[in-house]
Amino acid sequence: MTAEHDRVALRAEQATIPPGHSWNRMPVIGAVCALLGIVICAILGAGNPKQFFFSWLVSFLFFLSLALGALFFVLIQYAAQGGWGIVLRRIGETTFAMIPVMAALFLPLVLGLSDLYSWAVPGAAEQDALLRWKAPFLNVPFFLIRAAVYFGIWSFIAVLYYRGSRGQDVTGDPGVSARLRKFAGPSIMVLAVTQTLASVDWIMSLTPHWYSTMFGVYFFAGSFVGFIALLSVVAPAMRRAGLLDTVISAEHLQDIGKLLFAFTVFWTYIAFSQFFLMWYGNMPEETIWYRERMEASWMTVSIFLMVGHFVAPFFYLMGRAVKRRNSTLAVGGAWLLAMHYVDLYWQVMPTLHPEGIRPSVLDVAALIAIGGCFVAAASWLMRRQALVPLRDPRLAESLAFENA
Amino acid sequence: MPLLRPQLPTGPHYGILAEFATPADLYHACERVRDEGFTRWDAHTPFPVHGLDKAMGLRRSLLPWIVLAAGLTGAAGGFVLQWWVHASAYPLVISGKPYFAWPAMIPITFELGVLFAAFGAVLGMFALNRLPMHYHPLFKSKVFDRVTDDAFFISIESWDPRFDPTATGKLLESLGARSVELLES
Repeated sequence: MTAEHDRVALRAEQATIPPGHSWNRMPVIGAVCALLGIVICAILGAGNPKQFFFSWLVSFLFFLSLALGALFFVLIQYAAQGGWGIVLRRIGETTFAMIPVMAALFLPLVLGLSDLYSWAVPGAAEQDALLRWKAPFLNVPFFLIRAAVYFGIWSFIAVLYYRGSRGQDVTGDPGVSARLRKFAGPSIMVLAVTQTLASVDWIMSLTPHWYSTMFGVYFFAGSFVGFIALLSVVAPAMRRAGLLDTVISAEHLQDIGKLLFAFTVFWTYIAFSQFFLMWYGNMPEETIWYRERMEASWMTVSIFLMVGHFVAPFFYLMGRAVKRRNSTLAVGGAWLLAMHYVDLYWQVMPTLHPEGIRPSVLDVAALIAIGGCFVAAASWLMRRQALVPLRDPRLAESLAFENA
Repeated sequence: MPLLRPQLPTGPHYGILAEFATPADLYHACERVRDEGFTRWDAHTPFPVHGLDKAMGLRRSLLPWIVLAAGLTGAAGGFVLQWWVHASAYPLVISGKPYFAWPAMIPITFELGVLFAAFGAVLGMFALNRLPMHYHPLFKSKVFDRVTDDAFFISIESWDPRFDPTATGKLLESLGARSVELLES
């Protein structure tokens, strides 16, 4: 075993972006997109702040959920001592390293709390008995404290794992892996609780009378599908761009595809269970949320979500060959990323436009603004680091991985 | 039913059984037997050896298609049964829902899909492997008892077009077999 540990499984130049490679331009491209998006948001948002805050919230949740999904992906591999995915771990680490960036991108929302959340409108609790009863939890100062706590905890875990892994690249100390494994279990539990509460705060409280005990799991399921979908796009894209093309094999792609398939089904299971119990029970305080989404053009979106987030990818991703080719896996990943955005849009937007779906330029502008920041920061990190954990004790195992 | 009848070579010999000491020996021997062009042969190990299907040149199994077909049959059957019962044969208003209340039918549709897929997987595997088979000529060999313990075997059946009682035995010996045995039918 020791001989295998000491052997250099990969040379550093096999796992870095070479100088002059086109991917070196990504931070600039991302920054230009971000700037463009922010300018459009500023111009159009000034005239329609309500639409701006809702559009920003959807895009913020989209990219934040990818980062949280990435954090879970890495934590679960540490906890289970997974070997196959070591070559993909740096992609996950780079994604969850964006959590502090997302914390900064949360700040614009603070200005629009009373536009977003009906409970945050001054005097709302006096008009409404239920809101008065919920006021000890749903009030602006406590909401902001909670947001700060979530971001504090997530950033702490993210920095701990990112630093640990990067440090191991230099020292090669296998003790780092053992130490991070010990923290992985408790971190997963803390992540589960905070992510649940965050989804309640940021999405569920848009309809403050409504409640669903499954909402946290629903958000988690979406976020994990989102990150695996991102991985299904990024890993093939890197291979095609000549990065890690000797490191990430078709075997790794197949396993990403399996996870994507499995968690698409998991998302469906949770989404349907949430809907089914409320539909069957038929209690007005529960059905109100679904009623909004089953009327006018929102019903079309609901059906589109059912077909596009489950039926189509279920049959598309079932076969083996589809998961093993760059192009076909990337198509599946890109489609599910889009569906994850539609899912969040469908959760948030009916509060603003109960009369039906009203796409706005601000939706696109917010997506470009936050996405640009995300891509710029992540690709900037990628230029400065090895693209795989070079001296992880399980790297050789991951490189040799084959599906049985 | 021809599917359930064991298919065994006719004639005086069942085939040749060769024992190998390690999975690696077996793996490389399989590659050679595959490359020699044998078609009616098998490898026997006490535990799954990764990649052996490739070394043997096995084609991908038909089983996934059987499972898919069975699963879709179960799901469709479950859904149609409920539709027929609730919306056509014996319509009843249940908790104010429409007769054709499709969300209520999803759990049973799902469960029957899974159940039939599982039946398809197990029964399909049995049929493709021609199981159950209560007797096999390989059991005549004393050394073959260790196939569930610590020995690795290749058996080449006598109806393989390339089979020859002496030459095939020599080939297996040259591939590092610990022992080679000619088995009667």
